[in-house]
Amino acid sequence: MQAIELINLESESSPFQALDPLQDARRQLEICNACRYCEGYCSVFPAVHRARSFSDGDIQQLANLCHNCRGCYYACQYTEPHEFDLNVPRVLAEVRQQSWQDHTPPSVMARAFHRHGSAIAVLSIVAMALLLWLMQTGADHAEGFYGLLSHNAMVAIFLPAFGLPLVAIGIGLRRYWRTIGGEKLRLSHLKDAFASAAQMKNLAGGHGDGCNFEDKDRFSHARRHFHQATMIGFLLCFGATGIATLMHYLLNLPAPYSLASLPKLFGISGGVLLSVGTLGLGVLKLKAERHLADARVWGGEMAFIGLLFAVSSTGLALVAAAGTDWLTLMLAIHLGSVLTLFVLMPFSKMVHGFYRLAALIREAQLKPH
Amino acid sequence: MTQTSNNYDVIVIGGGNAALCAAITAAEQGAQVLILEGAPKPYRGGNSRHTRNFRCMHNAPMAVLTDSYDEQEYFDDLLKVTGGKTDKKLARLAIRSTEECYRWMEQRGVRFQPSLSGTLSLSRTNAFFMGGGKSLVNAYYRHAEKLGIEVRYEAQVSHLQLNGDRVDWIEFEQQGRTQRLSPKSLVVASGGFQADTDWLAQAWGPAAKNFLIRGTPYNRGVVLKNLLDQGAESVGDPTQCHAVAIDGRAPKFDGGIVTRLDCVPFSVVVNNQAERFYDEGEDVWPKRYAIWGRLVAAQPDQVGHVIIDAKSINLFMPSVFPPIQADSIEELADKLGIPADGLRITIDQFNGACRNGDFHPTELDGLATEGINPAKTNWARPIDTPPYYGYSLRTGVTFTYLGLKVDETAQVQTPTGPIKNLWAAGETMAGSILGQGYLAGFGMTIGTVFGRIAGQEAANYASH
Ligand SMILES: Cc1cc2nc3c(=O)[nH]c(=O)nc-3n(C[C@H](O)[C@H](O)[C@H](O)COP(=O)(O)OP(=O)(O)OC[C@H]3O[C@@H](n4cnc5c(N)ncnc54)[C@H](O)[C@@H]3O)c2cc1C
Ligand code: HEM
Ligand code: SF4
Ligand code: SF4
Repeated sequence: MQAIELINLESESSPFQALDPLQDARRQLEICNACRYCEGYCSVFPAVHRARSFSDGDIQQLANLCHNCRGCYYACQYTEPHEFDLNVPRVLAEVRQQSWQDHTPPSVMARAFHRHGSAIAVLSIVAMALLLWLMQTGADHAEGFYGLLSHNAMVAIFLPAFGLPLVAIGIGLRRYWRTIGGEKLRLSHLKDAFASAAQMKNLAGGHGDGCNFEDKDRFSHARRHFHQATMIGFLLCFGATGIATLMHYLLNLPAPYSLASLPKLFGISGGVLLSVGTLGLGVLKLKAERHLADARVWGGEMAFIGLLFAVSSTGLALVAAAGTDWLTLMLAIHLGSVLTLFVLMPFSKMVHGFYRLAALIREAQLKPH
Repeated sequence: MTQTSNNYDVIVIGGGNAALCAAITAAEQGAQVLILEGAPKPYRGGNSRHTRNFRCMHNAPMAVLTDSYDEQEYFDDLLKVTGGKTDKKLARLAIRSTEECYRWMEQRGVRFQPSLSGTLSLSRTNAFFMGGGKSLVNAYYRHAEKLGIEVRYEAQVSHLQLNGDRVDWIEFEQQGRTQRLSPKSLVVASGGFQADTDWLAQAWGPAAKNFLIRGTPYNRGVVLKNLLDQGAESVGDPTQCHAVAIDGRAPKFDGGIVTRLDCVPFSVVVNNQAERFYDEGEDVWPKRYAIWGRLVAAQPDQVGHVIIDAKSINLFMPSVFPPIQADSIEELADKLGIPADGLRITIDQFNGACRNGDFHPTELDGLATEGINPAKTNWARPIDTPPYYGYSLRTGVTFTYLGLKVDETAQVQTPTGPIKNLWAAGETMAGSILGQGYLAGFGMTIGTVFGRIAGQEAANYASH
């Protein structure tokens, strides 16, 4: 028998690597639009099928609708070594990253922290050291944490560290909204968008078996569940801080609080959820194939997960360290990681929630009812 | 991990839908099963990885399928497309089993979705696979792994040693080594021979060298030929293949579904000499999809060129590559590489033959030309609004009809009786039921139904 020539499986450099992510995404989505097999997986494909051509804004909007579930990669008959070289999850992740980095001011910062996990780590350490130094120099003669760092000092640090990043995110979102041609907001759009975000509907996959992530083409709910834990945990922690602030100013009830108080209940349950969730997301991320996402930001994403884990685990450690010699150090580490998280909100994976919500709202405006 | 062993009960040749259905069924009966897939892992799954749906009977709305589609209607549809060239008993057996297949598939990880946008006409008859055929194939390989089925990739079977009414051993090449195995029973599910253009050329002449193959390069009919040479009985016309007109820029192999072009009814189609050769508006497109493959194959260099204007560019499913665009007919002709004055004359004649009337893109509107030959009998509107768009067309082969003759138990036949330990499923025996023509979604039906039968029979035989 004449041996059949096997298709060359060596990954020669793809002719499409020269294309920038926006152009390559356009090329790939035009192929999808002629194929349509993945229509049932997520809201990206129905949105693609409504159009025949795609502006740069359209593509950025589609990229922010994609949640990198990878269903459309493993199902695709045109992935490498096929000459069409489809990899929709990766190219949309690259466009998505680009859209965050380009829209958020100052974009130098965005580029640095998204791409370099080490930059996140260095900033965290600097913040921790700064807080430790402050504690050793100027503490109130109050009880508990405020005995270590005065309430006023905390406010002086954290108010701008929280406020300025929010301003940067706000400016970024406004620019993004203009790029994608967003219209005036209506309540129904918001309701629609929050409903699908809250359920993480899209990560369930069109069939409800979950997404493909940690074990190639096997469907699983692991990522969705760990993300839910992370998100809810984060919101609970955030809630704990909010409630404590209200108690401080409105009810004149400053910290420390007892274990049965609302801030502690929210904080501890949130801390546990956030720790478990981020640990899970980190492990899954180590197992997942890296070339199906934006490989340039893998380190930054991993560091972001680590930072969230640091915030939650050191928060829990603070509860345990109450009354011991470790308190000062633990508090510095905890507040340092929180500070870093806040400062980096616009320049890290943290912006994904904001942009994704914006994309879901835009989709609610566009989708036929 | 399964241990490699030489004592296989059942060896399945091929790694597409029919092979996987057979292997899974046999393993579920307790057989020790080996799959020999000729393709490397990224290309596993043959033509099945390009599919999108299977045709399924149902007497009432069922899951993603709307309304009802009963056995008789299904059977009548089959008679229509095959012009009666079908084995009625096998056909009814296949049709009747589809409803049960749907659940069987779902239980083994296949997921369905409602008919895709742009395919509303199939929402009643065809169940679409979520993610398409490759996700179906992936689900089956996952399931096979759970059942302990061993799979070898890049394992190309070259010979089955027929000895009287049995296959004694088989030979296959893997990583440059030739190996022999003697299983108790065998299932052949290695598809047709369309990727062997030399073989196609025997029926079509040298023109076949210019054909594009829509699916896998690995279905070269090696096993089919080997068995026919040793006296296995054949069915189906050896000279025919299912071919459609696809985008001329498609790759030689594996271009799949995206290379189809749906714009012919709204166009003028010319050959390399810029002359029209057939009624572009004969019928609604899905019904005329298949004849254009042969029409184009009969033209010089086996190419055609579709010409449309700005009025029609949004009336059909988007194409995989953007059309060639020009501001004048002459410029378009230049870009397509056909004579500019010739195209000018053809378009002027065509435009002059168009009449006024109502244009309805989705139904036969009777808007026909007058006084030209060939006429265009529907949707004839002058090509006069720039920009003009062009696509080149080539013949894209989907599958071949020649196959192994089988009985209701999927057992392979010779003129002197069945081969005791050999069964066949899928494309490689489809000629028994689909003697000519094609019914969308019937390829996967045949593979699933006869794959399951073959797997069951092969496992039974092995356990004796
Ligand atoms: C673009 C396209 C779209 C289609 N869409 C549909 C659709 O939507 N619905 C439908 O019902 N049908 C569709 N068909 C037809 C359908 O693909 C076939 O009917 C069906 O896949 C046949 O399944 P099979 O398992 O018999 O063959 P295949 O899936 O082709 O599998 C054959 C297997 O045998 C292997 N093989 C070949 N030779 C050897 C050898 N010597 N040794 C070892 N292994 C070997 C191949 O690698 C391959 O894995 C489509 C076909 C094409 C090309
Ligand atoms: C509006 C609410 C939110 C939505 C819709 C949302 C959605 C998503 C989606 C779709 C992903 C996967 C996509 C990708 O990796 O690019 C993701 C990843 C992630 N989300 Fe969220 N998210 C939200 C809020 C949050 C919050 C509040 C947190 C915690 C602070 C969080 C933490 C994470 C982390 C750590 C990842 C990264 C996982 C990884 O890199 O593998 N998310 N989110
Ligand atoms: S990702 Fe691949 S299979 Fe899915 S729609 Fe796009 S081209 Fe088709
Ligand atoms: S990766 Fe998932 S969410 Fe993104 S486009 Fe593909 S199927 Fe949709």
